[in-house]
Formats: sequence, C-alpha cells, structure tokens
Amino acid sequence: MAITYTSGEQVEVYRFGIGATILIPLTAVFLQAFLPLRLHFFSIFDLPLLVTISFAIARRSQVAGIFTGALIGVFQDALTHQPIGLYGISKTVVGFGASSLGIKLDAENAGTRLLLTLFFYGVHEVVYFTIARGLVSLHLEWSWQHELGSAVANALLGVLLYALLDRLKQRT
Amino acid sequence: METVLGRYRNLIVLVGVLFAQVLGLAVQVKRTTDIESSRLIRVWAVGAVSPLEKALVWAQTSTGKLWHNYFYLRGVRAENRELKQRIEQMRIDQVRMSQDADQARRLQALLAFKEQFISQTRAAQVIGSTGSEQSRAIYIDKGDKDGIKPDMAVITADGIVGKVLHVYRSTSLVLLISDQTSGVGAILDKSRLQGILRGMPSGEIALERIMTDEQVPAGELVLTSGGDRIFPKGLPIGRVTKVSPGSDLFLNVRVKPSANLSKLEEVLVVTKVDERQIAPELAGPARAADVLAERLPSVPPKPAEPTAAVATGAAPQSGTGLESKPVQPKPKAPAPAGDGSGTAPVARKAATPAPTGGTAAKPTTPGGAAKTPEKSVKPPVEPKPQPPAVEPQPQPAAQDNPQ
Repeated sequence: MAITYTSGEQVEVYRFGIGATILIPLTAVFLQAFLPLRLHFFSIFDLPLLVTISFAIARRSQVAGIFTGALIGVFQDALTHQPIGLYGISKTVVGFGASSLGIKLDAENAGTRLLLTLFFYGVHEVVYFTIARGLVSLHLEWSWQHELGSAVANALLGVLLYALLDRLKQRT
Repeated sequence: METVLGRYRNLIVLVGVLFAQVLGLAVQVKRTTDIESSRLIRVWAVGAVSPLEKALVWAQTSTGKLWHNYFYLRGVRAENRELKQRIEQMRIDQVRMSQDADQARRLQALLAFKEQFISQTRAAQVIGSTGSEQSRAIYIDKGDKDGIKPDMAVITADGIVGKVLHVYRSTSLVLLISDQTSGVGAILDKSRLQGILRGMPSGEIALERIMTDEQVPAGELVLTSGGDRIFPKGLPIGRVTKVSPGSDLFLNVRVKPSANLSKLEEVLVVTKVDERQIAPELAGPARAADVLAERLPSVPPKPAEPTAAVATGAAPQSGTGLESKPVQPKPKAPAPAGDGSGTAPVARKAATPAPTGGTAAKPTTPGGAAKTPEKSVKPPVEPKPQPPAVEPQPQPAAQDNPQ
C-alpha cells in the first residue's frame, strides 16, 4: 500500500461524461434510499459519499469537488425529514478535501483509496455530528464502535466502487 | 487584488457554498413548524427518486405474486385443511369474545366512556427509505391525491409503525416510531402505567417517564394510550424487553416493536378516526338496570302505584341512583297538562316504570321488560323542562308504549 507524493504535473486528471455525471449520483442516492428496505444492513453504507470522493479524486478540481459534494449532499438531505444542509455541508467539505488531496496523492491504487475513504468517512461524520448537534440541536449519539465499523465497511465498498467507476472516467 | 482573488479562488468558493448552506439551515431551524422554505427541493428530490422506486416495487411484487399464486403451490392442500381447523377453533373463541365484548360495552356505557374507532384506512406500499441512519423514515406510495394528510397514524396488523410527516402528490414520508424525533403516548397493558415512547439513536425504542419505584416485568405488552391525539387508544406497540434503572428517577424500559420496522412492505394509513361516546341505546338490549335487577332477585315486585310514584320522584327499588335521575320531577315551570308539546308523555314514560324498578315486569314479558327501563333513562338525553311530571293524567297506558 504505497502512498506516493507526486507533483501536480505527474497526476492524471480525468473527467466524466455528462450522462455519468448526472446518472451516477442519482443512482447512488436512489440505491441508498431503496436498498435498506430489502437489505437492512445496507444503511451503514453511504453510497453518495463514496461517489463524492470518487468524483473529487478523479477530477482533481477543488471547485468541482465543492459543487459535486454540495449537490449530492443537498439531494440526499431532501429525502430525509431533517433540515436541508446537514449532508450538504458535510459532503461539501469532503469534496473539497478529497480533490485537494487528489492533487497531491497518487490515488490510483487500492490501498491509498482504502485509507482515503476511511479518513474522509471520519471527516464526514465529524462534520455532520458537529452541525447536527451545534446548529440544529439534534440529539444524536456518537458511538465509536459503530462509526469505526461503518468506516471500514464503506472503505471496502469504496475500493470496489472506485474500480467500477474507473471504467467510466475519461482522460482529459 | 485580482491576484489575491485568483490565488484564493477555491477557498472563497468553499466559504461561499458553506455559508449559503449554513444560512439555509438557520432559516429552516428557525421555522421549525413548516417545511415550506425547503419544500421545492424536497418535491424535486422525491419526484426524481419515487417513480423508479414505485416501478421496482411493482415489478418485485408482481413477480412474487406470479410465483406464489401460480407456481409455488406445494403444501397448499394441507395448509387449507389446517386453516379450516383453525377457523373452527376461532369461531368458538369468537362466541366467547363477543360475549365479553358485549359486557364490556355495557360497562363502558355505564361509565360513559369515549371510544376511538378506526373507521377508515388506506393500504399503502412502502417504496423507499430516507437512506440515512439519522433519519428513520419511509416513503409510501400514497399521497395527497389519495387523501393522505400529515399526522395520520400508520399501522400494520401487528402494531403501529409511525405517523405521516410530509405529504407529496403521490407519495408520503412516514416518520417511524424508532426515530429519535418521534414520540408516542403509551400505556402498559397490565399495570396501566403511562409513559412516552421514543426512538433511540441506535434504532431501539424506549418507554420513558416510568418511575423507578414501579414494577415493569419483561414481556409486558405496550399499547397506545391515545394521549398524543394521533394514534387511537389500545393499538399494540410492542413488548418490554429490558428494564434497568435510568437517570432522574425514571426507569430505562426498552421495547421491541410488534411491527417489524426493518422489513415493512405494506402498511395501513388511518385516514379517519371516529370518536364517539357510547349512547345508552347502543349498549345492547341488556341494560344496567336489567343487570342489576338480575343480580337482586330478592327485590319483591311492588304493585303499581303510578300517582304516588310520580309524586315522590319514584326512586327505583334497586337504589342504584342510575334510574333515579330521570324521574326527578322539576316543577319549576307548571305548564298546563296535555298541551301536546311532547314533553309530558316523556315525563310520564320515565315515571311509569319506576315503581317496578325494571324487575316486576320481567318474568312475564321479557321483551317488554327490557324495553321498559330503557325508556326510563331517556329523559336526561332531552333536558327540557318537565313540568307535568306531577300530572296524573289517565292516559299513560296508551302513550307509554305507542308502538
């Protein structure tokens, strides 16, 4: 598992087609809403977050990462009964962070992706809980055990998902 | 200046996007009662996702029905035989239970209970969830055009599920009882202790506000209390699984919901609840007076003395007080007798059977005996002045039983 520090010139920048840009986040949010009904354990995954990280790392553009995270997060928020913006802000931060790191790291191998997903899942949850408790006054309970388990599960699924999404990205 | 903007462009965009979202959150938090500020976004999001969910659920249900109804019929004959036997057993149980129900209804009428009846429900299919562990809610395929309104109760045959939170045109968002923001008025079946049912962050359900000095056995049934004005009283919620001392002198009571909230497929939305007080007439043929009369067989039948009875107010022999109310004379407004207003016969009706106390006539004509005291309770329903109660007009026989 090698995390190599590379210069800006060495990293490859990718883009996704318009169809993929719209349909992949839509499908992720849809599956996130639909699958837990049939497979209850699936609620520990956060597919929209994995898509945000994947897009941000591949594009390596901070502005694109910010807007991708914000739009996916707001879309996810709109399906819940809680105020819109909780997931939006969390995923905006993750999108910015992932694209910033994507510029500096070679995120093409599975090990790097695993660690990146673990890290950004943690960032996402910390931001979400902070806003939910501090700004919206939701009584959410933080459980280390649950969060660590979810982080590992999401990281493993992320590695598989990124490999799948690699097929859809195009070199600029 | 341009250099600074160009250099920190990404950071400025980040701060701008975050600031806009925080501002939006603040607006929504301030308006806690309505969702109008974010309704458009929610409608778009639900509109984008729900058609696909509906299509998938429809395809899945159709395939399942096709398989189970036409192909997978193994063991149907044996199952049919077993079900017939169960029906026979249930018929026997039903007879016993209907007797109990009749008795309960009579007693409720005596106590003037108000009952809530689920008079109309709407079946709905669960098509999706919110996909978030922090928002335990589901989407159903019925919405505004199907008559669904916010705050309607959602139940299954096993127990309650939640309440309708947001209604869209053809879908609705149902907040589950396991969500942290939900609250249900609950009562323990045997001990009749009341509390509030709340969802926990872990998805479990806890019954709050039960004092530590109370005894709550594991396995006890938890029902809705009706106090929240959403769920009708008496619906099953679940069973107590664990009781432990909590904080602030309250017990920590965990409840396992009767309905399987993680595998919901079809639910019922309670679209209409009737609340009515059981009228004495609805209490069935056996009235309280009859019950009491049956239990007091030693009361001797008195010879009818209508005049005297009417004059004294004719307290019944049983002395329950129930029968005595209607025949209280109110001689405040002495109207002329036989004015044809209709009040006089009523008063007389009330007065006439009183001397017998509902017991004397019974052995001879059971049907009539059941009717006679029933009339004696009628006057309170029409609290009009009853001036001629003292009036001894000699026409009662014909007017008492005009039928």
